[in-house]
Amino acid sequence: MALVEIRADLHIHTSLSPCADTWRMTPGAIVEASRSMGLELIAVCDHNSMRNVAALQRRAAEAGLAVLPGMEITSAEEVHLLGLFPDLERAMAMQDLVDKNLPGENIPEIFGYQVLMDEQDEILGSEDRFLAGATTLSVEDLVQAIHGYGGLAIASHVDREGFGILGQLGLIPEGLELDALEISWAMTRPEAKERFPQIRKWPLVRSSDAHRPEEVGRAWSRLKVEEASFEELKLALRGEKGRLLVGGV
Amino acid sequence: MKLQEVVEALGLKVCCCQDRLERQVSGAYVSDLLSDVMARSRAGDLWITLQTHLNIVAVATLNDLAGVILVNGREPEDATVRKAQEEGVVLMVSDQPTFEVAGRLYQMGIRGGHGPG
Repeated sequence: MALVEIRADLHIHTSLSPCADTWRMTPGAIVEASRSMGLELIAVCDHNSMRNVAALQRRAAEAGLAVLPGMEITSAEEVHLLGLFPDLERAMAMQDLVDKNLPGENIPEIFGYQVLMDEQDEILGSEDRFLAGATTLSVEDLVQAIHGYGGLAIASHVDREGFGILGQLGLIPEGLELDALEISWAMTRPEAKERFPQIRKWPLVRSSDAHRPEEVGRAWSRLKVEEASFEELKLALRGEKGRLLVGGV
Repeated sequence: MKLQEVVEALGLKVCCCQDRLERQVSGAYVSDLLSDVMARSRAGDLWITLQTHLNIVAVATLNDLAGVILVNGREPEDATVRKAQEEGVVLMVSDQPTFEVAGRLYQMGIRGGHGPG
């Protein structure tokens, strides 16, 4: 099969994230926004949960949009880390680990609502766990666990002081086997490389971190791959078999 | 001690909720990890931190803190100020580093020392 270039936005929140636009960040709205922005691959990464991913996948299937199961996990050091997984089963195994190491219950009035939806944007209920909180797992533990379940570990928005790995730890720990670093929509790749020289050696994806529908696709990565899939993304990040992380906007 | 006295003694810039400086300060807590502050700070505490993002307001609200002092001249993000105004959380900025701010508060008689919990 020939290689093609696709647009990927690998960091999108849904109504399940306490900080997201609860009533507008529905599966339907995310699929529609993704299509209008020309995205072919997205990853749904709510805070410490992937319980809205299945609904997104079902909604996106008819639209020809590939949705990877993902989670934006908060480490004990309050570093945000994206875990992207090849399938729901392995993502759920990671979810079990996160659930066991995430203390507390949400207080919606203070932290925001955490709404579970089905593929028709119907409300199924709400999540009681404290998704805005930090797990008791270190960055190292999390990267190891993500890899243990066959996933990709990407440090979120490394250019941001709050919850970015550079802001929280001051550096990227030696030997930490991240698969890529994410630059936020607020900064371009050249700007980020200029300001943080230590990130240059990593594959750099750029994502929207969308919390509202109009933010979907405001930043994306261009991948040269055979198709929009987890395995092809993995090859692209490694630059293997002709697959490439070309760049993006 | 009233918040107003702290603001004057340390020359703090008050970013919002100037009308709430009559509140009594009962203690202080220093940490940059939100989860740690949630677990250990007490109502009436002043919180000294370098974090500037939105979530500091949620933590201050949750534990009913007297106010938040951002150090090293760090300015809160716009969204943080807006949320703090809504929730009535006093945000202040010091151009001094954490050690200096904590030391001066200690000199004024403010104590921490809640211990693990």
